[in-house]
Amino acid sequence: MKPLLMHRDHDFDLQDALPWNEQDLTQDLELGTLFEAMAHGDAFLKDMARRGILASATDPSSIVYRQDVLKDCLDKPAVVHAIYEIAVDAIEGERKNHWGLVMGYPDSVLRRSVDVMGLFIVSLKKLRAFGESHAGNFSSEGFRTFFAMLASELGDDYFAEVQEHLKELKFWNGVLVSAELGAGNKGVNYVLRKPLDIDRGWIRRIFARKVPAYSYQLASRDENGARALSELRDRGLNLAANALAQSNDHILSFFRQLRAELAFYLGCLNLNKRLSELGEPICFPEPVDSTEHRQTFVGLYDICLALTKGQRVVGNDLDANGKEMVVITGANQGGKSTFLRGIGLAQLMMQCGMFAPAQSLRASVCDGVITHYRREEDATMKSGKLDEELARMSDIVDHTTSGSMVLFNESFAATNEREGSQIATQIVNALTEQGIKVFFVTHLYEFAHDLHNTERPDVKFLRAERQADGTRTFRLNEGEPLQTSYGEDLYHRIFETPSTGHELHQ
Amino acid sequence: MNDGRQISGQFASVDEREAKRNGASPGRPIPAKNAEARPPHPELGPKVFQSIFGEAPEEIPETPACFVDLNLDQIIAAVTAGREEYELRPFFHASLHGVDAIHYRHEVFRDLESEALFEFVTEFTRKMRQMREQITKSGKLYYKYQKERLFLDAVSTYCEAVAGLARDLGTADLRSRGFVAFREFLAGYIGSAPFASLRNEAKGLYYGLSTVKYCMNIKGTRIRVRKPESEIDYSAEVERTFEKFKRGAVKSYLVEFRDTLDMNHIEAAVLGMVAKLYPDVFLALSDFCARNAIYLDPKISAFDREVQFYIGYLQYIERFKHAGLSFCYPRVSASDKAIGSVDGFDLALAGKLIAENTSIVCNDFHLQNPERIFVVTGPNQGGKTTFARTFGQLHFLASVGCPVPGREASLFLFDKLFTHFEKEEDIHTQHGKLEEDLIRIHDSLGQATPNSIVIMNEIFTSTTLHDALFLGKKVVASIAALDALCVCVTFVDELASLNEKTVSLVSTVGTTNSAERTYKIVRKPADGRAYAMAIARRHRLAYDDLKERLRT
Repeated sequence: MKPLLMHRDHDFDLQDALPWNEQDLTQDLELGTLFEAMAHGDAFLKDMARRGILASATDPSSIVYRQDVLKDCLDKPAVVHAIYEIAVDAIEGERKNHWGLVMGYPDSVLRRSVDVMGLFIVSLKKLRAFGESHAGNFSSEGFRTFFAMLASELGDDYFAEVQEHLKELKFWNGVLVSAELGAGNKGVNYVLRKPLDIDRGWIRRIFARKVPAYSYQLASRDENGARALSELRDRGLNLAANALAQSNDHILSFFRQLRAELAFYLGCLNLNKRLSELGEPICFPEPVDSTEHRQTFVGLYDICLALTKGQRVVGNDLDANGKEMVVITGANQGGKSTFLRGIGLAQLMMQCGMFAPAQSLRASVCDGVITHYRREEDATMKSGKLDEELARMSDIVDHTTSGSMVLFNESFAATNEREGSQIATQIVNALTEQGIKVFFVTHLYEFAHDLHNTERPDVKFLRAERQADGTRTFRLNEGEPLQTSYGEDLYHRIFETPSTGHELHQ
Repeated sequence: MNDGRQISGQFASVDEREAKRNGASPGRPIPAKNAEARPPHPELGPKVFQSIFGEAPEEIPETPACFVDLNLDQIIAAVTAGREEYELRPFFHASLHGVDAIHYRHEVFRDLESEALFEFVTEFTRKMRQMREQITKSGKLYYKYQKERLFLDAVSTYCEAVAGLARDLGTADLRSRGFVAFREFLAGYIGSAPFASLRNEAKGLYYGLSTVKYCMNIKGTRIRVRKPESEIDYSAEVERTFEKFKRGAVKSYLVEFRDTLDMNHIEAAVLGMVAKLYPDVFLALSDFCARNAIYLDPKISAFDREVQFYIGYLQYIERFKHAGLSFCYPRVSASDKAIGSVDGFDLALAGKLIAENTSIVCNDFHLQNPERIFVVTGPNQGGKTTFARTFGQLHFLASVGCPVPGREASLFLFDKLFTHFEKEEDIHTQHGKLEEDLIRIHDSLGQATPNSIVIMNEIFTSTTLHDALFLGKKVVASIAALDALCVCVTFVDELASLNEKTVSLVSTVGTTNSAERTYKIVRKPADGRAYAMAIARRHRLAYDDLKERLRT
């Protein structure tokens, strides 16, 4: 049994390794802020948010599958919370039924397992009852399948069958074990047997005499004998105890899976609540197959900036359909990094089936989002800065596939402009020719300018806006690279004395 | 099973049984003692199989005196390692005195060099070892039906071992008198009615035991045992019910029970009741055990032990062959003293060097009439003692019928082998060291015959050169007069050219760097060269070295 609320056909993997560049992604895109908002103080929710967001789905239909489940959740949050609680209760109940010292003895394993199974059956019944009363209100394929599965697998007769076993496994009539002779004429192949019905009651008395049987009665103070007898019994119970204990583990794992998958959606509910408090819009993005190069959005904002500032932030529009690469230049502090981060975040959120921080978003899915950002000087002094950057780049090349999206933020600037430009040019040409989508924020004029001169139709140039008086709007418009990034403005703002600028010119 | 003693007890008890059975058993071959009267011609060799050694082998428990000096003790320890239960050393201590007996063993060795035959025989001995373990266990167990089951196991293992070997030998290409006779013997043995019925009965009993199935009902402190009816496997049913929850791998809750072979009294009580449910099976088992208490053929158990001499040695020399060293079957003569060896080496030393991954230097030697005595001189650590040991080892190993180190060899079948290696001073003797040396040599020379070998290593070191020369000359001259074969390692160069019986051998040094030892021993006059310069060069204190070092 599988909840299948995250994937149409398999479990949401809780053990899977996260993407190789998890750390860089988390750092560069400020993902921690997003996870915290989804967790709302719950460590488990945070972990599932992290797993959900980092383990991108890569085909549009899987994404839509989750979007539909999420829409149901947004619609009926109370029911979803209640189902989550049933799973949590079952897991907690099992945990409280301690193993203690029982592990070494099949008899104890069996008794504990019968208890735990009784408990699980209660939770499973509750779950089914929930399905019966609410299934009609859910429209997503995920939830409908889930409730249908509960109804078909957990019928009344099934519960009756389980109860029968739980009763039988208490062995009021003694344990029946078959065996054969092995090495040294010792008993082997101990198998627990279900007594024939004729073994019971009055019929047994009639037929009993026909079967030759012998019996052995343990002497009253024979402690060694008592131990040996219970070992013999244990040998008979071993397989059954194991089967039941393992079944418990499977059911436990089902509840854990259910809890984990719902936790992701509960995280989304938390985030939605926060965004609506801030008055930020959300939309369900339209994922497009990776073979088309689609990317258009309206009012896309950096969700982490909004969450950090606790207020609405400026959104941007873009039409980059058919573009392989977007080069972003322009004013310092003009919103370039924010824009780049917003794109990365929106892409990740879309691909894990969440709503997106925008008024609308339509984009091709990608195989993975990869970031290459300028880093602090390496504290270990193992290698020079450019060396370190190139090493990271080489690492990226090892991991990139043709459907990836790579976000560069002021890369290769740790050398002079000419060399930096050369490196950048050669790298992005190679990447884009390989079908890798590139966003590149840069101050390398030569790089951006030369690229502009090639008039490649699949490259788009954006420039951070600066008004004539030097104020930034944090909006990006289409525009060719300029030789200045208006660093002078910054200089003025910091030194604040108009005359200083004048002196400088002299 | 835990120590050699127990196993040897096993052999002893087999021998006792054999003794009891002697004479009572039909078709028993002529006792081994008679074999000695047979002439040593192969075509007249024993038709009826006696032993894989040809005739009952001599066993000498005491280690020969020369073993320590020649490091033969290390070699034989390595050969017999892991085979302690067979007590093989007494075989290796007993030199043979007839050329045919040696050839007999060579033939067996050659046959066993076939990988297939070697594998057949080791498989057989492995099963025989298993059989002994089963008999030992049967003896140790307490409950009757367990003892009997283990006894049945042992008999069955024995039958399969013997039948398997007979089948395998049938396919083998055998040339040796020993194996050909043994194959014939085995074929007769397994074709005999008693063996066939032993084997068939054992099989029948296993089948009977395999049909025994029973059901126990354990309730409170009572166990009821009866034959099973059609009760279904309940664990499987439980598993089936919960099948739908199965999700990937989970941990196992199966408890591992300690499975010892012996039973507690509850298990024994159950087995007792089971025996009552299946009386025919268990009566047949008891009857079988009572009738077949003596099932082991003495010749087969002797073969099992004696063949270890061969396979132990072959297994031992395998590692040397693997390292690129050669072994050969020496020509052996009890009369011709024109001996020789090509590429011989010290087995004990080679064993160590192979372990250290160091290369091994082989040496040649030969004597032609009237030469009898090798006088070895030359620099220390040049391989002189190794040469003396090699000479001794080759002769001794040849005398027990084993292949010897080297590409080819002609060796002398000695009557006695004397060694005189420098001994530690012994506080318990009242004599000085020189006196001790002289007493020992005197004793040896008193016992030596023209057919003896004397190996002397650095004797008379605790006196002046003048005295050593005098005493050395006396000793070498008397060995020469005796016409015995001798190796004499000495620092006294003059001994090397004493008379026409002495051959001078010198340990040599490298041609370019005289500090480098080649470990080659060559025929040439003793030259008394000094090697101080070589030592200086090793420290890079020679003229050109110093120039070179001082320039930079």
